[in-house]
Amino acid sequence: MSASIEMPVVKDLFGKDGLAKGHDANHPIYLDYSATTPVDPRVAAKMIPFITEDFGNPASRSHPYGWTAEKAVENAREEVAKLVNADPREIVWTSGATESNNLAIKGAANFYSGKGKHILTITTEHKAVIDVVRELERQGFEATYLDPEPNGLVDLAKFKAAIRPDTVLASVMLVNNEIGVIQDITAIGNICRENNVIFHVDAAQATGKMKIDLETLPVDLMSFSAHKTYGPKGVGALYVRRKPRIRIEAQMHGGGHERGMRSGTLATHQIVGMGEAFRIAREEMELENARIRRLRDKLLHGLQSIEEVYVNGDLDHRVPHNLNISFNYVEGESLIMAVKGIAVSSGSACTSASLEPSYVLRALGRSDELAHSSIRFSIGRFTTEDDVDYTIELMKSKIGKLRELSPLWEMFMDGVDLSKVQWAAH
Amino acid sequence: MAYSDKVLDHYENPRNVGSLDKNDPNVGTGMVGAPACGDVMKLMIKVNDSGIIEDAKFKTYGCGSAIASSSLVTEWLKGKTIDEAYAIKNSAIAEELALPPVKIHCSVLAEDAIKAAVADIKAKQLAKETV
Repeated sequence: MSASIEMPVVKDLFGKDGLAKGHDANHPIYLDYSATTPVDPRVAAKMIPFITEDFGNPASRSHPYGWTAEKAVENAREEVAKLVNADPREIVWTSGATESNNLAIKGAANFYSGKGKHILTITTEHKAVIDVVRELERQGFEATYLDPEPNGLVDLAKFKAAIRPDTVLASVMLVNNEIGVIQDITAIGNICRENNVIFHVDAAQATGKMKIDLETLPVDLMSFSAHKTYGPKGVGALYVRRKPRIRIEAQMHGGGHERGMRSGTLATHQIVGMGEAFRIAREEMELENARIRRLRDKLLHGLQSIEEVYVNGDLDHRVPHNLNISFNYVEGESLIMAVKGIAVSSGSACTSASLEPSYVLRALGRSDELAHSSIRFSIGRFTTEDDVDYTIELMKSKIGKLRELSPLWEMFMDGVDLSKVQWAAH
Repeated sequence: MAYSDKVLDHYENPRNVGSLDKNDPNVGTGMVGAPACGDVMKLMIKVNDSGIIEDAKFKTYGCGSAIASSSLVTEWLKGKTIDEAYAIKNSAIAEELALPPVKIHCSVLAEDAIKAAVADIKAKQLAKETV
């Protein structure tokens, strides 16, 4: 039965051989894997029986329906723990990384608020961290939002200097969602340990893209998401360290599930999906990431043949899946409009409804113009070499066309220094 | 965001892209907007001795609606007198292209570009007369 489920899913998304369907506006090539990933067909096949046949409540202790569901949930917990080398008892199921971040930051800040009321984080964090810290500020906490260096990485000396005697919690993401840079969470975590500060890491963009070993990492709390790693949307997990034990206050009450940290009936099928997705990631990431790195490098070299392009964020400390590039003298919205054959985002998917340039790129010190003209390409499991070739040619031709239209490009070619021009304000 | 068919048409096939000789005494140039705001329009018109606009060219850095607005006005300007050109209102541009409210500023910018180009040609004519 699983084979008959598997094939239509693959065909609908990618056509035969897993190639992205067509290159038209309705079926663009998907290069937005950092926004979300398709559920791997193997994951979908594993989930379906838990919706229909094995539908039991994992909390039901009195019959086999419950036992089967509970076993599946615990298997999945083990798979999630294995990917990050943690104890399964350190994994708490949530509805996704946003909830994990809320539970970790509010939960720890509230539990340890007697120790201090200062929180330290970074300006390039995802909104699911920034907005949580802002909420805690409203409740009487104080916060420091540290700017990273122009390459997107945290300066360790500045981080250390920002810690105060009353700092209770620090939150720094492992992999940035917009620019893909990897923070040195070992060094940052060690600074936190030395200063008795609880350390939370949002790793939503990191699983399956790099090795994570919580046995050795000095991290107390870590957030995970399933749908960035070929699992379903609506499920995630929070790692809560047992040794030394970290305590958090529950944010959701009712029933005492998940050892009291997160109440609510477990979504067995979603959890099974996350477990299977993380199992596949653990087993395949080494080969897969080598392939993705080749594709990303090919895309990078292809795009670098265009004049006046700037890579945003450090290229060495970066996951291979991400390429964020600014195309100078071309306006971002018209660029997105021009490249309808590919599905990409400018800035993060959460902000493309607004006309504001990306706050992450601005935190790196990029000018508004360069921030406005940025595109995030994120590639993944189903990206092919043909997709990359097509993208390079498309970008070359469309950038050329838009620059023919651009008075700024004309001035640049004439040697005009645009920073010295008096622009008519409007 | 959904664009109207007319915006898409001008965006895909922009009319009269390019530049005229800015030193020609019969050519007026209007450049409006700022890169930091996300749009810059450059409009050039060539006016014959009877005050009729013979040619119009544009270049625009901006969104699809900004490109369409400037492309449209180059079509409208040809054959008009400079006074008729000066009277073109942004509301007419916005209506023709069915611009959504968030894009009205693109039509305002196009009107500003026309006014700047007309002011430039008038200044040049005045300079010619005083010589």
